Amino acid sequence: MTREPIIELEGITKTFGHGLGAFQALKGVDLAIERGDFVAVMGPSGSGKSTTMNILGCLDTPTSGVFRFLGTEVQSLTRDQRSLLRRKYLGFVFQGFNLLARTSAVENVELPLIYRGQGKAERRETALKALDRVGLVPWAEHTPAELSGGQQQRVAIARALVTDPDVLLADEPTGNLDSERSLEIMEFLVELNKTGITILMVTHEAEMAQFARTVVHFKDGVVDSIERGHRSGQPLEQAEAH
Amino acid sequence: MFGTTLMLAFREITRHILRSFLTTLGIIIGVAAVITMVTLGKGVTADIEEQISSLGANVFFVFPIATDRGQFRPFDERDVAAVREQIAGVKFVAGQVERNVIAFHNGQDWRSKVEGVGNEFLDARGIELEEGRRFTTAEETSGANVCIIGPTVREEIFPSSSSPIGERMRLDNVACQVIAVYKTRGSVGGSGDDDNAVLMPLNNVQRRFMGNDNIGYMVVAYDAAYSSRAMTLALVDLMRERRVLLEGQANDFNIVDTAQINETIAGTVGVMTGVVALIAAISLIVGGVGIMNIMLVSVTERTREIGIRLAIGALAREVQLQFLTEAVVLCCFGGLIGILLALGISIALTSAIDLPFLFDPFINVLSFVISAVIGIVFGFFPARRASKLDPIEALRHE
Repeated sequence: MTREPIIELEGITKTFGHGLGAFQALKGVDLAIERGDFVAVMGPSGSGKSTTMNILGCLDTPTSGVFRFLGTEVQSLTRDQRSLLRRKYLGFVFQGFNLLARTSAVENVELPLIYRGQGKAERRETALKALDRVGLVPWAEHTPAELSGGQQQRVAIARALVTDPDVLLADEPTGNLDSERSLEIMEFLVELNKTGITILMVTHEAEMAQFARTVVHFKDGVVDSIERGHRSGQPLEQAEAH
Repeated sequence: MFGTTLMLAFREITRHILRSFLTTLGIIIGVAAVITMVTLGKGVTADIEEQISSLGANVFFVFPIATDRGQFRPFDERDVAAVREQIAGVKFVAGQVERNVIAFHNGQDWRSKVEGVGNEFLDARGIELEEGRRFTTAEETSGANVCIIGPTVREEIFPSSSSPIGERMRLDNVACQVIAVYKTRGSVGGSGDDDNAVLMPLNNVQRRFMGNDNIGYMVVAYDAAYSSRAMTLALVDLMRERRVLLEGQANDFNIVDTAQINETIAGTVGVMTGVVALIAAISLIVGGVGIMNIMLVSVTERTREIGIRLAIGALAREVQLQFLTEAVVLCCFGGLIGILLALGISIALTSAIDLPFLFDPFINVLSFVISAVIGIVFGFFPARRASKLDPIEALRHE
């Protein structure tokens, strides 16, 4: 496993609003994430974990600080440049699944490929392969309304995977699922991580964080602590000083 | 990529088929109104031009009319002679009288009219013969019992198998011999079917049918080198002088100029087309605002979808293109329905009021293009708004 940092945050701050109404969500976050890691981000609401995930997902920009993604300083990129970065290197899984309604599973999975300019037949083939990885090929033509929550989340994961991203960002991926489905999803993410994909997951459930290799605790807009070598069955890794 | 965008637009539109239809109603009505009006206008103009040309170009019709005191003084042959001799530029001038008669032949009868004319009338009106010959000078001077029949008369009471030339027929109780059949000259508005007539020498009709020397109207065909205006003035001067009208007395005759009718009617059609075009333009603008409104609703409804698309890496211009395409496709649908509607209405109306149906490709293509342009203009703002959405906010949208 390589040890190069895929993501580096240095002194990231984020302030919402102006003047008296201003609220500083991040007060100087420093974090490095290595390629191939499985990171769980935890913390109470308002601790800044979602804001950090939005910045890591190139959806938002920090007010100050440096965010390097694969060596590129993201904070100085334009909106469209960040879109291209997301398109190429990132996959998203959301708590609410965020599938397009009245659109079949396979078409949902095809969506990112459209923006990569793939042809129709090629798109379908790639999307079916991704659906196969989550075991949903028989459900390819079903719309989200016809699928269970667990199945919807697997479709969402297939959509995130279809472009072979370097990093998968999962925002409370099990938040809307019962415990049995949650475990299924987590086991799948673990398997996925073994193939080399870096996973960043926000969760408030300690049970889910157990599956991660690294757990980052947020508190009051800063990183409170980092636990490494978390997962059972994996060699323990010594926490390195940051 | 564009094919996919187009397909997506089709799908979104068919997903809300009723809403899409209602949204495009303004455009449908606008396009249908313009095309129908232009098509009908073309039909009317063509119809009038055909009628006018059947009257002959550069032709005046001079009618005696009653004065406000109720006096009515008809023309006679001396008036015709005066026009011929005293006005420069006159090519042909001929008097005409007519009367309704029953035509009999071979045991059949047919309601028609007899027209007293000379060869010069045929020239002035541009009447050509299908078969047979014109009047001889002797027949004209003596008022012989010979006749030239119209195509309707020939069809109604003569057998189609043999030529009617040389046959004898009877008009009321006057017998005559058919010497020719004239070619169809169409119908002139108001005066009935001009093909349903029997032409006889003027003298004969005056003597045997009318019992006087009067003539009903004069046809004056003039040289195209002379202006219609100058000819009218000369005619008015001459007729006023001959009828001893004092200054201040109104003309007790009327001059109808075919060129003038043409211009007047073309002008009227033009004004009507303009008015409808204006109404249509308003309808199209209202339609465009409707499109803009529904696209804004659509952007709000699909905020989450836009968020997802942006999150997975759609560029602002790709999102913008998607919504713009949707607006344009919607408008093009409207335009297309409008064109089909106009086609149906035009065909129905032209056949109902007996006008030629003239399909105008230009106005149809133009209307379609204008529909698409409306889509671009009124779809731009909503599409821009969609592309400017913040992906984080959009994903949170319920």
